[in-house]
Amino acid sequence: MKRKAIVVMNSVIVFAALLGLWQALVTLNHLPAYILPGPLAVAQALRERFPSLLNSLLITAEEAAGGLIASILAGVAAAMLFAQWNWLRQLLYPYTILLQTVPIVAIAPLIINWAGAGILSVTIVTFIISLAPIIANTTHGLISVDENLIHLFLMYKATPAQILFRLRLPNALPNLFTGIRISAGISVIGGITGELFAGSTRVGEGGLGYAIIYASNQMETGYLFALVFAATVLGFSFFFIVMFMEWLALHNWHESKRAHTAE
Amino acid sequence: MVNQDSRPVPEIELMGVSKRYRNAAVAIEDISLTVQRGEFVTFLGPSGCGKSTLLKLVSGLSPVSGGAVRVNGMTPENARQLVSFIFQDATLLPWRTVEENVGLGMELEHAARPARKERVAKMLDLVSLSHVAKRYPRQLSGGMKMRVSIARALASRPRILLMDEPFAALDEMTRDRLNEELLRLYSEQKWTVLFVTHSVAEAVFLSTRVVILAAHPGRVAHEIAVDLPWPRTAATRESKAFEEQVTQASRLLRGVYQA
Repeated sequence: MKRKAIVVMNSVIVFAALLGLWQALVTLNHLPAYILPGPLAVAQALRERFPSLLNSLLITAEEAAGGLIASILAGVAAAMLFAQWNWLRQLLYPYTILLQTVPIVAIAPLIINWAGAGILSVTIVTFIISLAPIIANTTHGLISVDENLIHLFLMYKATPAQILFRLRLPNALPNLFTGIRISAGISVIGGITGELFAGSTRVGEGGLGYAIIYASNQMETGYLFALVFAATVLGFSFFFIVMFMEWLALHNWHESKRAHTAE
Repeated sequence: MVNQDSRPVPEIELMGVSKRYRNAAVAIEDISLTVQRGEFVTFLGPSGCGKSTLLKLVSGLSPVSGGAVRVNGMTPENARQLVSFIFQDATLLPWRTVEENVGLGMELEHAARPARKERVAKMLDLVSLSHVAKRYPRQLSGGMKMRVSIARALASRPRILLMDEPFAALDEMTRDRLNEELLRLYSEQKWTVLFVTHSVAEAVFLSTRVVILAAHPGRVAHEIAVDLPWPRTAATRESKAFEEQVTQASRLLRGVYQA
C-alpha cells in the first residue's frame, strides 16, 4: 500500500514538473499563444469554451460508441458464420484483412459522399475501422477449442447450436474482449478522422474532429490543445470501460485475471 | 438385436477391427476382443499401439476402417447414451463452476432443473467434492479436477466407462487414492470399463483383465486375467500376489517393447 502511494506521488510530481517546464518555456521565450499556448492558457480556453467542447466530445463519443457496438454485433455474427463453415471462412476471410488495410482517410470522403455529411457517415467510418479486429480475434477464439471438449459434447449428442453457444462462444470470450479493446481505441480515432471530412450539419457544431479543424482555422491554439486533451480523455474512457466489462465477464474463471482473486 | 444363442450379448465386441488414418501407417490391424458386462479391461502398450484409438472407435468418435464394433449389440453411435468418456486431462469448462460442469450432460439433454440439481449434488457427494461445488476449475488441484471429471461422467448413469489415461498427469499418491476410489465406485455401480494406462501397477490393481498391445501396427500381443481378490484396497498393493502379477505383466510388456 505504501509503495503504491509512492508510485502515485512520483507520477504526480513528474506530471507537475512537465507542466511547469512547458509554462516556463512559453513565458521565458515570450511565445505568442497562437504558436504555443502554455498550460495556463490551455486551461483558460478549456474553461471558457467548455460547453462547446463538451458538446463536441459527446458527438464524437456517440459516433465512436455507435460504430463500435455495431462492429461488435456484426463482427461476432460474421465470426460465428466463419466458425460454422470452413469454406465460408476461406472464401471471405481475406476480405477482413482487406478491411484492415484499407486507408480510412481515403474512404471517409467516399462514405460522406454516399451517406451525407453528419453523424451517420462518421458512425459508418468508425464501424468499418473497428470491424476487422473483432472478426479476427473472435474467429480465432471460436475455432481454437480443445478437441477433447468437442468430443465430450459429441458424446452427449450435443447439437451444432449447443456446441456453438455453450462451448465455442464462451471459449471465444477472452478473444472477443481482446478485439474490443483494440477496436475501442481505434474507433475514437476513426470518429475524429471521419469528422475532419464530414464537417458539421449546423454552423459551429460538430464533433472533436470538426472542432479541431475549426480551432485550427481560427488560430485558437489554446482551444485546439484543449480539444486534443479531450480526445485523449475520450479514448482513455473507452479503454477503461472495456477493461471493466472484460473484468466483469472473465474475473471469475479466466487465467489472465488470476492476480485479482485471492487463493 | 436378436440374441441367437443362450449366451448374453457381449457388452463390447471388436470384430477384426482395423484403423488407418489418411496418409499414415496402419494404426490398428485386425483386433478382435470380447468384453463381457462388468469386466474391467486395461490396455497397456508402447506408444503407437493404438490404445487411445481403440477407445475412440468404441465411442464412435472415430469410424473403423475395417471390421466392426458392437456396443451392447448396437453401433457405437447408437450406444452413446450408455457410454461415458473420461479424457486424460479433466476437460472441464473453465467458465463453469464445478456443479455446472457436473450438470453439463443433463443440461444438454434438457433434463428438468430440480432433477439435475439433485443428481449433481449426489455425484459431488460421491466423489467427496460437495464443499467446492461453487468453485471454478482453476481453483482446484489436478486430483480434484479429475474427480469432477469422474463425477460428470457418472452423472449420466453410464453402463460403460472409457478412460484414456485419466490419472497420468497426477502424482503417484493422488493416483493411488483415486484408483482406490474408482474401484469403490466400480464395485457399487458395476460398469464395464475400458481403461488405458502406461502404468503396469495401475493396470494390475484396477483390472479383471489386462490386454497388452504391440505397435506398428497395433494388435493384441497378450491377455492376462488378473485374479487378485476383491475388494482391492491399499493393502492389496503390498500383497505377494499383486507383486507377482505386476512382475508377470511387466515381463510380457518388456517383450513387446523389445520386439
